[in-house]
Amino acid sequence: MIDAWVLVAVVGACTIALKSLGPLAIGGRELPRPVLGVVAFLAPTLLAALIVTQTFADGRHLTLDARAVGLAGGVVAVILRAPVLVVVVVAAGAAAATRALA
Amino acid sequence: MNRTESSPRVRDGARLAAPLAVAVAAFGLTFGVLSRDAGLGTVAAVVFSATTFAGSAQFAAASVLSAGGTLAAAIAAAVLLNARYLPIGLSVAPALRGPAWQRGLRAQLVVDESWAVSHLGGGRYDPRLLLGAGLTLYGAWVGGTIVGTLAGSILGDPETLGLDAAFPALFLALLAGQVRGRRGVVVALLGAGIAVSLVPFVPVGLPIVAASVACLLGLRGR
Repeated sequence: MIDAWVLVAVVGACTIALKSLGPLAIGGRELPRPVLGVVAFLAPTLLAALIVTQTFADGRHLTLDARAVGLAGGVVAVILRAPVLVVVVVAAGAAAATRALA
Repeated sequence: MNRTESSPRVRDGARLAAPLAVAVAAFGLTFGVLSRDAGLGTVAAVVFSATTFAGSAQFAAASVLSAGGTLAAAIAAAVLLNARYLPIGLSVAPALRGPAWQRGLRAQLVVDESWAVSHLGGGRYDPRLLLGAGLTLYGAWVGGTIVGTLAGSILGDPETLGLDAAFPALFLALLAGQVRGRRGVVVALLGAGIAVSLVPFVPVGLPIVAASVACLLGLRGR
């Protein structure tokens, strides 16, 4: 129980610091042009990295499991221009079906 | 998504985030359930969601503890996963004006989903979209956590429902709205490649931060 509160306090404090450092240091001021060019690609890069690690990583191991089938379903839904919630439900359904059949 | 209006409002942010909030509420519910297995306790789980407000890190911490990992390992995994919020915070900094306390407070509403929704393109972010989307998602995440911790085991194992695959799918839908032009595709693929190839070699979370090296392609002129 004490462990839980240490976890919540340390992770909470670190996350709050990580999120506010940039806005506190340079809030409201323009970024230099070269930096802006780099920042422009931050969203696609980090989202892509989150997608592959959440799909293919299990701790520090690379695995191919039901999540990959789910993501493939999500890719099809995105290509068909389905709304966000449909994409999420299709991916969850594909992964759940794969686990049920396996 | 219509972004042709010159000045988006806070409620536009809320509207854009509404479908994401439904998914995030479901994730929050799942986190609430998993945090019980991790022995986190109801109040601690809800306070965790209200202060950290970052799903992937919270899930990572809970899963390390559930698997019998140490407290230090759980903290390290969660903090490293959230290390991406340093560059993310930098990216929204020009959009956040006003006194320091206000900038610091608004920065807390930055989470992957609200960040993506408030991106106007070209590295510029809209503070009103961020506020509307951030508040909507915050309510969904904390509210979902509360319900999850209370409803608990009625809901069963989230994996059988495929909820672990729903996470990357949500990010995929967000990514589709972020990739503009061929260079966008190249950096996304490069980022994914860097992250996946580092997974076996460095601690959880670092591959995501390292992937941001791909953004340096943006230094080259058009």
